[in-house]
Amino acid sequence: MALFDLALVALLLMLALRVVVEPDERSAIITFLAFGLLLGLAWVRLAAPDVALTEIAIGGGVTGILLLRAEAALRGRGKQAEPATRTGKLAVAAGSAAISAGLGFAVLTFSTPAPTLAPAAAQALPATGLGNPVTAVLLAFRALDTLLEKVVVLLALIGVWSLAPDALWGGAPDLKPAAVPGPLAYLGRVLPPFGVVIGVYMFWVGADAPGGTFQAGTVLAAMWLLVMMAGLHPPPDTTRWLLRLVLAGGPILFLAIAFLGFAFADGFLAYPKALAKPLILAIEAALTLSVAAALAMLVAGPARKAPAR
Amino acid sequence: MTPLVHATTPGGFLLVLATILPVCAVLAILASGPRSAARIALATFAAGLAVAIAIATELISSGKALSYVVGAWQPPLGIALRADGLSGAMLVMTALVVVAVGLFAHIQHGLQTDAGGGRAQTTFWVMLLALWSALNAVFVGEDLFNLYVALELLTFAAVPLVCLDGRAETVTAALRYLLFALIGSLLYLLGAGLIYGQYGTLDLLALAQLARQDPALAVALALMIVGLLAKAALFPLHLWLPPAHAGAPAPASAVLSALVIKAPVFLILRLVLDVAPPQAAAIAGQMLAVLGAASILFCSVMALRQARLKLMIAYSTVAQIGYLFIVFPLAAGSADLPPWGTIAWTGGALQLVSHALAKAAMFLAAGVIAEAFGHDRIADLGGFGRVLPISAAAFGLAGLSLMGIPPSGGFVAKCLLLTAAVIQGNPWLAATILAGGVLAGAYVFRVIDKALAVPTVPIVARRAVPRRLECAALALAIAAVLIGFVPLRPFGFLQIGRDGLNLAWAP
Amino acid sequence: MMAVLQPGVLFGLCGAALVGIGLFAVITHPGLLRRIVGCNILGAGIFLVFGAVARRGAGPGFDADPVPQALVITGIVVAFSASALAVALLKRLAELTVDDRAAPDESRSGL
Repeated sequence: MALFDLALVALLLMLALRVVVEPDERSAIITFLAFGLLLGLAWVRLAAPDVALTEIAIGGGVTGILLLRAEAALRGRGKQAEPATRTGKLAVAAGSAAISAGLGFAVLTFSTPAPTLAPAAAQALPATGLGNPVTAVLLAFRALDTLLEKVVVLLALIGVWSLAPDALWGGAPDLKPAAVPGPLAYLGRVLPPFGVVIGVYMFWVGADAPGGTFQAGTVLAAMWLLVMMAGLHPPPDTTRWLLRLVLAGGPILFLAIAFLGFAFADGFLAYPKALAKPLILAIEAALTLSVAAALAMLVAGPARKAPAR
Repeated sequence: MTPLVHATTPGGFLLVLATILPVCAVLAILASGPRSAARIALATFAAGLAVAIAIATELISSGKALSYVVGAWQPPLGIALRADGLSGAMLVMTALVVVAVGLFAHIQHGLQTDAGGGRAQTTFWVMLLALWSALNAVFVGEDLFNLYVALELLTFAAVPLVCLDGRAETVTAALRYLLFALIGSLLYLLGAGLIYGQYGTLDLLALAQLARQDPALAVALALMIVGLLAKAALFPLHLWLPPAHAGAPAPASAVLSALVIKAPVFLILRLVLDVAPPQAAAIAGQMLAVLGAASILFCSVMALRQARLKLMIAYSTVAQIGYLFIVFPLAAGSADLPPWGTIAWTGGALQLVSHALAKAAMFLAAGVIAEAFGHDRIADLGGFGRVLPISAAAFGLAGLSLMGIPPSGGFVAKCLLLTAAVIQGNPWLAATILAGGVLAGAYVFRVIDKALAVPTVPIVARRAVPRRLECAALALAIAAVLIGFVPLRPFGFLQIGRDGLNLAWAP
Repeated sequence: MMAVLQPGVLFGLCGAALVGIGLFAVITHPGLLRRIVGCNILGAGIFLVFGAVARRGAGPGFDADPVPQALVITGIVVAFSASALAVALLKRLAELTVDDRAAPDESRSGL
């Protein structure tokens, strides 16, 4: 397997360099997407199937739609920063190389035996009723991070919405290209039912096997985007109450259960032992929908149509 | 030596509330729609201020740090929150500035013709509240990754504030700010990863006991500090700040300049003081002080050369941040005197708080001026003091703190730093502090001179500005003055919760 | 030599190299969209370092330490949100500069 790993690393580095030096914007982005998919393989080799699923779904999937749409919108008028001077570039190259070298040195000199929280996580796992330790870290041990991170995503979304012109505030984004290519319309009709099944499955097994709310949410987001891009169903107005409720619902349920911990468990974000698993599953279900809606709307961008009155 | 562990203290839940309440308000606004944004925000101001005061009261009455173990999962597996005296001071300062700025914005929004629920107003309320949560999370965070999430929350709340007016110029500034901030937080995250790889924990209290002189830690700290410096806009990484802070609407500029850049500074302080081993801390301290001194001198001169009032105030921010970095070598403790026992520690904390109050006051006063005259070109503001006496007074009082002239918080702060520099026999830093004061005097006086001038053609306000609007700025400026009268020593507030943490310093 | 070929080290070194490549791109590339892509490469490198750390932390019953893996999942979502916000700013900027050429508006000094 060492040879496979070496080849994978070499390929990853080559693709990354290619992304940087490639003159054509579109090819660079497609190269980056290939890089993202290969990265998923690296995560499998690192015994991190949960991360691999996330990386492929987000890094290869939704980021791809985001960047390709951006490239299409910016083609011909992409803003250029002031080009760096030759000496400036050399200085930055030297600095970046020094950082890489320092990092490599740190990686090679990590203390042995490697410190790990795996035994601690294993010991605490039964109290959550879950079988997947990564899910337990995300939804129990370090739930505060996950909660705040959900708010980060929503905040980014409101930030994106705030970039609409005043007259369009509250309106709907526009995802449909002027002419929908045939294959896209076909995919938009055929894929979503399967995608939704895969998403629900990923969420459901996430408690005990690789998968979970982020991965499932991303798959659902991709399906929704496909439907909107194929023009089968237009994106909703951002002031639509159903959209706002789905977006805020996940974090609100999370917070409500977190506060109930003050009364019924050992405090904020603690779960009563008997109910830990059902509560976590309920939070995950609501979060999956929130994540799906938020990621899809992040790709959709700010409003392009005035709100319906 | 018994290892220090986190244990939830009485009143520890207040730390959760400080972090979570504003976020609850953000979700409530999202769920209930833009029209209720202002009402929800105003209610949250009252609650958040009460929480901050309750934390300070609890700190004083118990004399010990407050802690909370989230979900009762003990670190390193779980996450803890902790507030010592310094954190408490930051929480109260943040609450005061956020509430004053929020009231200013509420009055200003009332002057506008369109009803509430518009794009700029709603975004402002959401971002202000999220920013408050993020700042509180940074000030009470004990876990390096939790702090990373808090920093990102801060970035995502701050960036949209920069381009609220939607002009190309401010969108450019916002994009540049976002890229700087992202690189900064990614470098910080990288350092956190290395620290976890080396020690298997992200908990600051545990790291204070575990940290040793080794290559992984040195690389990690260097990366984290550089990343945070980019966010704090210390010279020469300050280029993003002036256009971003000057382009935002006045209330947004006030929180960005007064509060947002204090979060990375606070984290650098924690890393150098609590995590870095003594030799590394000493080297880092010297380098930070050189950059701090360069910031003070270079950006004060730049402030002096600005034609626009808000740009001048923004450059002044970079200069004043420099003072916080010359604290590092001055507060270097010794065997019998820990860093937080030194006068430089007290001086630095005072500088942090008084700059926040004074800078917020200045940006709000500048906002009133721009609201009244429709521009902020300093050259064309001759005689504005007659039209807006309260704002001119607010600007002048806030200026006292920046210059370091009594009576003001800035005076006590700079006096303490100067004394520390003289005692330590550090003539360069002493000269820098004095030169910075003179330069600040020059740029503040430039505006005051205009305020008092009697131009041949009297300046007329384009539109009337209600007195209440001006009073928010004045209140903050008066607070910046009053902080100079707070008795420091008997209080010992800034030293609360530091005992037993001197492991990194006296091993 | 064999130690370097273990995934816990090899992918850590790969991450270190990606960090350098991403950093170079995000600071020097003239195209702003490519800078955003560079930011993603930088992020990918950082996450790989976390992944290597997690792999090193394998213990009885665990192929890897779940804590850094969970942190990476959180990090990937945050990084995506950042890209989305940056892309939205970039698109808005392109729209505004096109509009500006049509109707120059220099009268406002910016409040």
